[in-house]
Amino acid sequence: MTTLVALIVAAVTFGTVLMYGTLGEILTEKSGNLNLGVEGIMYMGGAFGLAGAFYYEKTAGAMASGPFAITIAILTAFLAGAAASLIYSFLTITLRTNQNVTGLALSIFGTGVGQFVGEFMRVSEGGYVALGNNLKNAFSATIFPDFLVSIPVVGSILFSHTVFFYLAIVVAILMYIFLTKTKKGLYLTAVGESQSTADAAGINITKYKYLATVIGGGISAIGGMVYIMTTAGCVWNHEGLSGVGWLAVALVIFCMWRPLNAIWGSVLFGAMMIMYLRVSLPFVPTEIYKILPYVVTVIVLILTSMRNSRDKQPPASLGINYFREER
Amino acid sequence: MENKCAIEMKGITKRFGKVVANDSIDLSIYSGEILALLGENGSGKTTLMNMLSGIYQPDEGKIFKDGQEIYIRSPREAYQYGIGMIHQHYKLVEVFTAAQNVILGLDDEKLDLAKTEGKVKEIASRYGFDIDPSMKVYDMSVSQKQTVEIIKVLYRGASILVLDEPTAVLTPQETQKLFRILKNMREDGKAIIIITHKLNEVMEVSDKVAVLRKGRYVGTVETRNTNPQALTDMMVGHAVMLNIDRPKYEKPEEKLIVEHLTVLDQEGVKRLDDVSFTAKTGEILGIAGISGSGQKELLEAITGLYPIKNGSIRFVREKGKEVELMGLPPKRIRQEGVGMAFVPEDRLGMGLVGSMGMTGNMLLRSWRKGKGLLVEKKEPEELAKKIWEELEVVTPGTNYPVRRLSGGNVQKVLVGREIASQPEVLLTAYAVRGLDINTSYTIYNLLTEEKMKGVAVVYVGEDLDVLLELSDRILVLCGGQVAGIVDARSATKEEIGLMMTQFVTKEE
Repeated sequence: MTTLVALIVAAVTFGTVLMYGTLGEILTEKSGNLNLGVEGIMYMGGAFGLAGAFYYEKTAGAMASGPFAITIAILTAFLAGAAASLIYSFLTITLRTNQNVTGLALSIFGTGVGQFVGEFMRVSEGGYVALGNNLKNAFSATIFPDFLVSIPVVGSILFSHTVFFYLAIVVAILMYIFLTKTKKGLYLTAVGESQSTADAAGINITKYKYLATVIGGGISAIGGMVYIMTTAGCVWNHEGLSGVGWLAVALVIFCMWRPLNAIWGSVLFGAMMIMYLRVSLPFVPTEIYKILPYVVTVIVLILTSMRNSRDKQPPASLGINYFREER
Repeated sequence: MENKCAIEMKGITKRFGKVVANDSIDLSIYSGEILALLGENGSGKTTLMNMLSGIYQPDEGKIFKDGQEIYIRSPREAYQYGIGMIHQHYKLVEVFTAAQNVILGLDDEKLDLAKTEGKVKEIASRYGFDIDPSMKVYDMSVSQKQTVEIIKVLYRGASILVLDEPTAVLTPQETQKLFRILKNMREDGKAIIIITHKLNEVMEVSDKVAVLRKGRYVGTVETRNTNPQALTDMMVGHAVMLNIDRPKYEKPEEKLIVEHLTVLDQEGVKRLDDVSFTAKTGEILGIAGISGSGQKELLEAITGLYPIKNGSIRFVREKGKEVELMGLPPKRIRQEGVGMAFVPEDRLGMGLVGSMGMTGNMLLRSWRKGKGLLVEKKEPEELAKKIWEELEVVTPGTNYPVRRLSGGNVQKVLVGREIASQPEVLLTAYAVRGLDINTSYTIYNLLTEEKMKGVAVVYVGEDLDVLLELSDRILVLCGGQVAGIVDARSATKEEIGLMMTQFVTKEE
């Protein structure tokens, strides 16, 4: 029982990272942009988020407050991701470059920038970048009072998580409401489904694509920051994030582009990713565990294409650039 | 009751490059009236209406609404003036419901689907539409999608509706239903314009007919004062002399025999219905018909690209030996030693690879010849150079991407390559579409040269004047059926024009 609870808690911790990555990419893909740069964006989010919190602490010294540091980390990560996605948007929307190639380039670029910033901080600060224990605890503390957390089983599963997990759920619900209940959400969906139809209806598709991609990239980047500040213990870690962005892209497909599915989907993927630590079977190499999420994604793809339901398909113009005069 | 003039277009001219699509056209549209805009393909009907719906702006001329001059800069502005156009290709989001599609782009309205659905139902019952506003578009038939498009326009309060070939994709029953709705809208005082080239529909539904021919306005007549023959004459006009050289080949022999050919498209609709003909050596067989009458399907079925339901396609070898081609894929046809060349309508899609140069495109026809691992490049390179010189292709070099060449030069490359394969049957689809006069003549001469070499040439064309002077015989297709095969030397333009359109009348 305790193993299971521990597994779930760990799955949520890692799942939170994925949830941001996935939610951001869902918003991006809803506009018809397939941003494969999530991997790089999350690296940048991780490095800049840490930098934001670290330099804030350095300036404020002992006065540094936890909630303020968290806000700064979220903001810096978001801005880094948004900036990276702005490059992507400019290239694909304005200059109409190939989305796949641009996304892959951004992946490499973002990883490099993230590594550079992380290593730069490490070297310039004398070999070690870490937050003080005070802030470290703030990042990994739950927002619920002790008596809730200490309820056996339920307390751990529901109330023991960091603020980032609950925030991610709020983002998912807001995104769901935006996409299904508001006019702007309807327009965005229309842009992702049929750009020429949206254009003919007088919707400013350039604006929608830019905004969705930039905001989506910002949300994805928060995931990278969450990883560094929770799982990696507020220390720059240049290996842990590798592959997380790709997993988020796979998760978008698994969730069938629905934000609410991302909540349980990312926890499930999180569980599969950390299972090798918790339930190790003899003779089964850890790599086998690590491919599970991708195997599941492939199965989901096969199932959805077999059922042939139009509602569960990717946005129809995903990956296609729009040029009005090309008919 | 005297109807009010809703829109007046005066002296409208629109040019695309050197091509004049509309040449100072005057048109008046009245409320409570259905106006049919009649003309052949490429006569400028859609262009003219696109200027009314804000897609294009006229180069010259003025548009008046209620006596006031107006400028329509976008489809949105057209809506503000009460003008809505229903295009041939529907602009709908497939995963949305009808109501969601209707509300798309209406910024002033709040997202309240229940209210929108109510309003859609109200419009539907007023004009006799049959529609479920909460149905997803991907579940709809073509006719239902069209209904959504019309309601979209009415929902925005349009009083002038333009429908671009609304019946092209409808079954006869659906067409009847649409006509009833159009008549209801007329009673409601709307001004309706339908773009069409089907004479029977013009006679049935319209009050007035405006005829365009080659971008010029021919005239407007009251439907009850005219008849199909008179309209055809207005539509095709008098024959124009083109002076295309047409030598006669000594002894034509049967080369390609097509019998009872029937093909179905993906929706199971008959695209070709019991088509039979023979193509002879030393002869250009022209194929005439309104676009979409089965020309594309016919050529693709012969070349093995389109699945065939029924029928037989036989190629005659020397000494009268026949090979059945039906059901063979293109590669097998070639292996059988059947010399067939195809110049498709979609030059850069089906015919050539746009980003490769001339040499690369020549290679596409000959790469199988190469022995060993590496492709043989010398031969195609020489062929490319030969075509470059002989056909005067304007290109910086044989490796320059053909996509960047002008339409005429692209066509020269394609026709040059196909002829170089020394075919016995040469199939061409709209070989001169979009080409200037000089290049067109180059192509005519090339085809005639091939004919005199004893090749059986099939020429699918749209310009009747050209068909009449270039071909030896003309096969007229109408709605996938053979309306008749005539001798091009004695046939008249009116005769063919009537065959292209009349057959539909008989059928329904």
